[in-house]
Amino acid sequence: MIEFTFWDILRNLLLAARWTVLLSLVSFAGGSIVGLIVMFMRISPNKAVATIAKGYIELFQGTPLLMQLFLAFFGIALLGFTVPAWLATGLALILWTAAFLAEIWRGYVEAIAKGQWEASASLGMGRLQQMRYVILPQAMRIAVPPTVGFSVQVVKGTALTSIIGFVELTKAGTAVTNATFQPFLVYGLVALIYFALCWPLSKSSQILERKLNVAHKNH
Amino acid sequence: MGYRLDFGWIPQYWPVLVSGIGVTIYLIAAGAAAGCLLGMVCAWTRALGPAWARPVVVAYVEMIRNTPFMVQLFFIFFGLPSLGLQMTELQAATLAMIVNLGAYSCEIIRAGIEVTPRGQFEAGASLAMSRFQTFRYVVLVPALQRIWPALSSQIVIVMLGSAVVSQIAAEDLSYAANFIQSRNFRAFETYIVSTLIYLLLAILLRQVLAWVGRALFPKRRSAR
Repeated sequence: MIEFTFWDILRNLLLAARWTVLLSLVSFAGGSIVGLIVMFMRISPNKAVATIAKGYIELFQGTPLLMQLFLAFFGIALLGFTVPAWLATGLALILWTAAFLAEIWRGYVEAIAKGQWEASASLGMGRLQQMRYVILPQAMRIAVPPTVGFSVQVVKGTALTSIIGFVELTKAGTAVTNATFQPFLVYGLVALIYFALCWPLSKSSQILERKLNVAHKNH
Repeated sequence: MGYRLDFGWIPQYWPVLVSGIGVTIYLIAAGAAAGCLLGMVCAWTRALGPAWARPVVVAYVEMIRNTPFMVQLFFIFFGLPSLGLQMTELQAATLAMIVNLGAYSCEIIRAGIEVTPRGQFEAGASLAMSRFQTFRYVVLVPALQRIWPALSSQIVIVMLGSAVVSQIAAEDLSYAANFIQSRNFRAFETYIVSTLIYLLLAILLRQVLAWVGRALFPKRRSAR
């Protein structure tokens, strides 16, 4: 029987963690783009468009990410493509992230005083220009802490992709456990690696929030 | 190449789905009740408890909030037996739900406690209430009332997260879906149906929690 040293286990887990990081980055970047579009739709004066966006958000926030992954995996396959696991997981995670980011950002965009909209409209700005030059720069500033905070959920969400066969940190943990029969050590290490990825994000979100609160205290 | 969606299997497998729904409801009921209790104890410890216990609670909360639920589940189900703690799938799943929700609710409840004005503690003390009585009657109830919406949405999130327990073969709704699709080979339809059931459960749970909130905290104008 092959003996595995502690270093063997840790190295394999860390190598797999690269995929967790990459998948998190892709999901977060893609989710931001889609999320911004959904947020635009959500606050649209057009009732039908706003309702569609609302339905999208409700659907993705009201169902398990695991089910969304399964549906993406088997749904794309139905269209006649063979789906590599990374594509299905990437797609599902992007759509899921977008729903949450859209809802978080909507709150901050709506928090911007109505007068700002009216002032920019009176300058003859179109809706996109208003967003781009007046509303978003202000809203995004206060939305940074919760957005960073949500990125932790994205990193943790990637763990589910192991179930449909994407080899990242959790999947590697299972594989290494099956080879070494040391579940306590291996899953403990897996948890610590996730913690090392997520904790700095949580902490910086808190610090950013505190800074912002101090900046807004005196008004 | 046309694919016809086929839902003809539903009557045959309905009992499987229902028993899965039952387990999911049990998990969230047990997890929410015990998890919130654990959260209250932890929040008390962090805010007013003995100094040595505070770092322990902080470590517990940070560790749980910064790792995926699935890894916690695997650690409990696969890892703990090597310490001699053997559990059934359902016990492990329940424990994981409680431990997970305990950490989140601790943080939420603590936020509610922290905004309690200092004077409330002093007022409690001046009425000759003990520290515990002050906490129980003066601090905790308004704090819970304040954070009930946040706690409710966290409970819904944990309910949706519970779909993962099928990975250790706890027989919840997602386990039922996996089981059915392995028999009827209608994976897409099976997951659509189970996803819709989850959506329905989430909407229902939100209603139930709003109702519980109204029952626990009858409107009091003076509260705040």
